[in-house]
Amino acid sequence: MSTRKATSMDVLLVEDSAGDVRLTQEAFRNSNLNIRFHVAVDGTEAMAFLSRTGAYADAPRPDLILLDLNLPKMDGREVLARIKANDSLKLIPTVILTTSDAEDDIIFSYQLQANCYLTKPVHLDAFDGLVKSISEFWLNTVKLPQQSHFRKS
Amino acid sequence: MGTTEEKNLTVEVLLVEDNPGDVRLMQEVFGKTNARVRIHVASDGVEAMAFLRQWGDYAACPRPDLILLDLNLPKMDGREVLALIKEDAGLKSIPTVVLTISDAKADIKKSYQLAANCYLTKPVQLDEFERLVTSINDFWLTKVKLPQRAQGDHA
Repeated sequence: MSTRKATSMDVLLVEDSAGDVRLTQEAFRNSNLNIRFHVAVDGTEAMAFLSRTGAYADAPRPDLILLDLNLPKMDGREVLARIKANDSLKLIPTVILTTSDAEDDIIFSYQLQANCYLTKPVHLDAFDGLVKSISEFWLNTVKLPQQSHFRKS
Repeated sequence: MGTTEEKNLTVEVLLVEDNPGDVRLMQEVFGKTNARVRIHVASDGVEAMAFLRQWGDYAACPRPDLILLDLNLPKMDGREVLALIKEDAGLKSIPTVVLTISDAKADIKKSYQLAANCYLTKPVQLDEFERLVTSINDFWLTKVKLPQRAQGDHA
């Protein structure tokens, strides 16, 4: 169907839990896609990465953002609002991946134009399965906004 | 408090699509894979907006949990429908998946700019189309947390 496997995709994971970072990376690694993984451990770092400031001057523009809501320094809701208020960054699909099941967080995230909202399962295998679905759906099924560097099949 | 799944047993999907063959295929695939799904069809953009705003004959229609939107539609274009949904404070939180034959970069970019939740192209091959509809069901209707329907929706 697609030849994206030949090209690398950049995924920015905004997550402060080291355990969840590792689980997510491992699940993506098993997906058969050529993924370059970038981690920001708080909201301020995520915005520096996305706006390529300071140490992130050479950061690539991510193809997909996975965003936790509860983050140190700058909250995930604020990061989401900033991404979606920026004419260039708003095009990057931003997937909320959080432990929060609160209806307020769900509705608020969609109102801020999160592309989708997912809750982290408690069990390891379910977490792994969810990350694989994210990878399969967003990186192998959806048409992403920047595909100029992908060859047509 | 119960989960969304417990409270709303049916999942209302609005399919905005003018091609009867595609409508039938999607109805069949959803029918086979998810007994909770109720498909509503709007065959042009004007009808889609009437459905979403519950105008006239659509007064008793439910608020959809998910919208599948074609881009090339009669009367009102899908791009215009998307823009209207995403600038309406009451409708913008409904996940709107663009599903179209257009592979044009300009359409993909424009759709994300207008805050489409994702963009998918319709495969030409029947089995691939079926697989795509199955993956929409698997991802959007079993994995994703959808916003709860507005209060007062007793449809």
